[in-house]
Amino acid sequence: MTQAFLLEVEGLSVSFDGFKAVDDLSLYVEAGEIRAIIGPNGAGKTTLLDLVSGKTKAASGKVRFLGNDLTQMREHEIVRAGVGRKFQTPSVYESLTVFENLEMSYPGARNWFGAWLFKRTASVIAKVEEVAELMGLAGELQACAGTLSHGQKQWLEIGMLLIQEPRLMMLDEPVAGMSVQEREKTSELLPLLAQGRAVLVVEHDMDFVARIAHRVTVLHQGKLLAEGSMSALQSDPRVIEVYLGH
Amino acid sequence: MKLFTKRTEPSKLTASPRLDSQRVAVILTALLILVVFPLSMSPFRLGLVGKYLCYAFPALGLVLCWGYGGILSLGQGVFFGLGGYCMAMFLKLEASDKHSTAIQSTPGIPDFMDWNQLTELPLFWLPFKSLPLALLAVVLVPGLLALIVGLAMFKRRVTGVYFAIITQAIAAILSILIIGEQGYTGGVNGITDLKTMLGWDIRSDSAKLILYYVNALLLLGSLLLGQHLLQSKLGRLLQAVRDREDRVRFTGYDVAQLKTFVFVAAAVLSALGGAMFTLQVGFMSPSFVGVEPSISMVIAAAVGGRTSLLGAIYGSLLVNFGKTFFSERFPELWLFLIGALFIAVVMVFPDGLAGVQFQQLRARGRKLWTRIAGERAVGANLSPLARVSPTDADSSVAASGSGGGVS
Repeated sequence: MTQAFLLEVEGLSVSFDGFKAVDDLSLYVEAGEIRAIIGPNGAGKTTLLDLVSGKTKAASGKVRFLGNDLTQMREHEIVRAGVGRKFQTPSVYESLTVFENLEMSYPGARNWFGAWLFKRTASVIAKVEEVAELMGLAGELQACAGTLSHGQKQWLEIGMLLIQEPRLMMLDEPVAGMSVQEREKTSELLPLLAQGRAVLVVEHDMDFVARIAHRVTVLHQGKLLAEGSMSALQSDPRVIEVYLGH
Repeated sequence: MKLFTKRTEPSKLTASPRLDSQRVAVILTALLILVVFPLSMSPFRLGLVGKYLCYAFPALGLVLCWGYGGILSLGQGVFFGLGGYCMAMFLKLEASDKHSTAIQSTPGIPDFMDWNQLTELPLFWLPFKSLPLALLAVVLVPGLLALIVGLAMFKRRVTGVYFAIITQAIAAILSILIIGEQGYTGGVNGITDLKTMLGWDIRSDSAKLILYYVNALLLLGSLLLGQHLLQSKLGRLLQAVRDREDRVRFTGYDVAQLKTFVFVAAAVLSALGGAMFTLQVGFMSPSFVGVEPSISMVIAAAVGGRTSLLGAIYGSLLVNFGKTFFSERFPELWLFLIGALFIAVVMVFPDGLAGVQFQQLRARGRKLWTRIAGERAVGANLSPLARVSPTDADSSVAASGSGGGVS
């Protein structure tokens, strides 16, 4: 278990006021893998993403990613190391245009001085247009992000991650609030997005998970309960007991 | 037509007509400040305008820091004062040569030091014997303080009202410190009797005119620099920090660094205003440092429109003119009046002067008129029962209520 994995989570724990949100959790994600994380409410799914992205500091354990220990790094350093993260509720800059939202996420020019002197070069425009095309937002580039539909905002935020070219992309409930058609489109899109990177998806929609995930990790009370393919898990009595059965 | 253009709307890939109208507005403002005011006013009135324009510097800084970065500082007077004091210390030392202070028990030191039984110049006053060092200090002292405060606060993620309270506390502390350390600072009277700069008498009418122009050009330069900043990615980044701080952080930006930068920039702008204030008014005192002047600066920025740099200039002119006008006529009332103005602006025109649109004003006026006229007609023609028409009344209130100040 050394170089084969892109992300290695080992013995990770954190507790809030005595409540163990994540408890001695170990998890390994390969490059190019789409991994879904499921579990009942309070199982520690979002907390796990918080720990990997540096939003929450781990009490113990390690998160290794491309030779870095993410638990020792600050949020923006983790992003620069190649981890992108989408929030549960769509987080886009509503007073800026779709173009500007994507441009803002284009890597580089990240200190104040660089940002002041930043030039909108042909390669930036090409990259923004390419990602917008992929996310189905090519027609909305000049629209204010605040005017987009809920589903479009979700796509825009995924596009904003994509433009950073992360090696690991973490999506917290990417299809929440989407219509059936939008869900379908997202599930078609995800394998495309996963090319050359790993994707970690937290999602409640089991049909969606079954369609996209290569492997599924089930969390329960902050601990790893089971791991495997969706079909194998659906017949696992422990999983049925804590989650699918209820 | 907008009164002033502002940049909250998304920018276009190509040069937009809004950019052109912004350029026109800047040129008109420059003409007003550089030509119309000097030609139409007596030296006394022009001096007042020059003083008001000094307050436009901190307001410009607040537009960047508060309007765009979302960081409300209630302590801009600190930086205004520090800039002003650095300038005043140089001028005071020049005014305190051995010849003109011969009657003091220790000649050659500022008069207030002599009154407080100091017998030699304190160490921290020594650099202010040199004009280049003093000018450097005008920028560096406030800039460094803002850097330290900014790093200490923003690294710890102190935001919003907590940050505002801390900056206000700093303003209170500094003014108390200045008043308390009379021998070193001139105390409550401040540093007065400033006469010359390198032998050039700053009190003459011609010097005042030149200083007015130096101030005006510095202000217009700051305006252009600020506009350049806001039109860059940095400007959009500040807006993004204001609206979605976490998203910016998780896009790989060091939010604390960006916030510290804009806070320091606002502090330096404020200090420039303070230094120009000292030069034009001829003294500096703790009354320009504390809580009340700091809040006036925020009000000026809010009245002008907190996302409009041009608005900040007009807001400062208007608020400080109002301050002079009201404080002469109603000395006990003017603080309340200025407070009421602030509340009115926030309630009715959240985008300040810059958010006022002539077309909208006309539409609102018309709506109001039809409402009054309509009610009169209803009152005249219909029975009392039909007079109350809640749906109509509600919709017209809602329509006129939502029309205000939306850009």
